[in-house]
Amino acid sequence: MPYPAPIQEFVENLSYIDDRGDRVQALIDLSRSYKPANHEKPYPADHRVPGCESEVYSWVNLTQDGNLDLEIAVDNPQGISAMALAAIITEGIQNQPPQTAAQLDEELVYALFGKELSMGKSMGLTNLIRQVKAQAANLA
Amino acid sequence: MSIEIQSRGYAHPTNLVSTEWVATNLNNSNVIIVESNEDPLLYPSSHIPGAYEVDWTLDLNDQVMRDYLNRTGFEALMSRLGATQDSHIVFYGDKNNWWACYAFWVFQLFGHTNCSIMDGGRIKWMNEQRPLVMDLPNNPTSNYTAPERDDTTERAFRDEVLAHVKKQGQLVDVRSPEEFTGARTHMPDYPNEGALRSGHIPGAKSVPWATAINPANGTFKTAAELREIYENQKGISPEEPTIAYCRIGERSSHTWFVLKYLLGHPNVKNYDGSWTEWGNSVGLPIEKP
Repeated sequence: MPYPAPIQEFVENLSYIDDRGDRVQALIDLSRSYKPANHEKPYPADHRVPGCESEVYSWVNLTQDGNLDLEIAVDNPQGISAMALAAIITEGIQNQPPQTAAQLDEELVYALFGKELSMGKSMGLTNLIRQVKAQAANLA
Repeated sequence: MSIEIQSRGYAHPTNLVSTEWVATNLNNSNVIIVESNEDPLLYPSSHIPGAYEVDWTLDLNDQVMRDYLNRTGFEALMSRLGATQDSHIVFYGDKNNWWACYAFWVFQLFGHTNCSIMDGGRIKWMNEQRPLVMDLPNNPTSNYTAPERDDTTERAFRDEVLAHVKKQGQLVDVRSPEEFTGARTHMPDYPNEGALRSGHIPGAKSVPWATAINPANGTFKTAAELREIYENQKGISPEEPTIAYCRIGERSSHTWFVLKYLLGHPNVKNYDGSWTEWGNSVGLPIEKP
C-alpha cells in the first residue's frame, strides 16, 4: 500500500536524489516545516514516544468533521530527524479520515533516512510512527 | 587552556577545552574543530563556524568489515580536514559527546595525540547562544601522513579481554544497570542489536557512563568527584590495567576518556567489540548477579 499521497510524493522525490548531501538538505528543509504542538509542558508521560531520544510526544484527536488532528511535540532543539519525520507524518495525515493513518508504515523511516541513522535512532523514529498509528486506530 | 577546567584537577587538562576556549580559538589556524554526532542531520543543519564533520559510520568505520579505517583512510580523512601532525583537533557532538569521544579514541589509534574534547558538547554551545552556521569550511586540504594503526595500546580485542578476565583484571561495564544485571540485552528504549545472551563480563564493575557527567549541563564532573566514583566507590585502581566496554564501544570510549585523560589512569583500553561481540560468542563466560 502506498503512503498517504503527500508522503508518497516526498519519498519518491527523495529517491531521485543521488547525492547524500542533497538528500540530507532535503530532510533538513523538511524539518524546518515542523510545527510545534500546542500543548503546555510538562507533556503527559502517556503521550511520550517510547525509545525516542529526542523526547517526542504525540496527540491524535478528531476534528469536528471526523478527520484526524495530529500534533507532535519534539522537545529537543537537536532533534532534527524527529522534526523531519513529525513534519512529513503531519503533512500526510492531518485533516484526513482516520483510516489514512493505517497507510503509515515503519519502512518510512528507512525510506527517508536510509542507512544514515544508527539503530537506536531508527527505533525511536519507528516508534513515533507506531504510536501515531495506534492513537489513530483508537479513534477509528 | 580554560582556567575553570584547569581548576577541576584533571590529570591531562589540555585534553578538555571549554566552549569559551573554542569560541576564542575559532580563527586559530592550528585548531581544527570536528563535530561527530549520532544524528546525521545535525551537522548539516548547523555547526560551529569552521567545524568539519567526521561521521562515525562513513568516516571512521570500515565499510565492509567490523573494524576501523586503515592508515590510508585516516590519511585521506586528515588531509580532508587540512590537518598536519601539529594540528590541535577539538571534538564535540551530540549525546553528551559519545561520538566525539569515539572519534577521539579512533584518532589515538593513529597516534594523533594533540586532541581535545569540548566540554558539554553541542548542546552546551547551543544553550549558550553561541554562533552556529551552515557554511561548510573550505580550508585548504593537506597531505597528512600517518603511521599504521596501532591497536595495541588503546584497543582491546576479545582474546585479550578473556585473558584479562582469567587474571581477574579490572573491567568497567558502562552500560545501564539493566544491561549489566542481564535484565535486558540492550539500552532502555533502544533496540536489541542482536546479543543472544545477557549479563556482564565476569568481574566487571558497573559504572554507567553518565555517572561522569553533570546532568544539568553535560560537562564532566571534577577530578575529585570522578575519583570518588571510580576509585573509592568502585575500587578501580589507577595502577592496574583497565578495560572498558559497553554495547558497541561508543559509550565506553566516553569512560575510556574519563579514566585515561581526566583521572590519568595510564593503562586503559576500550573493548569496541563490547557486548555485541561478547554476548554472542560461543563459550565465553558470562556473569549474572
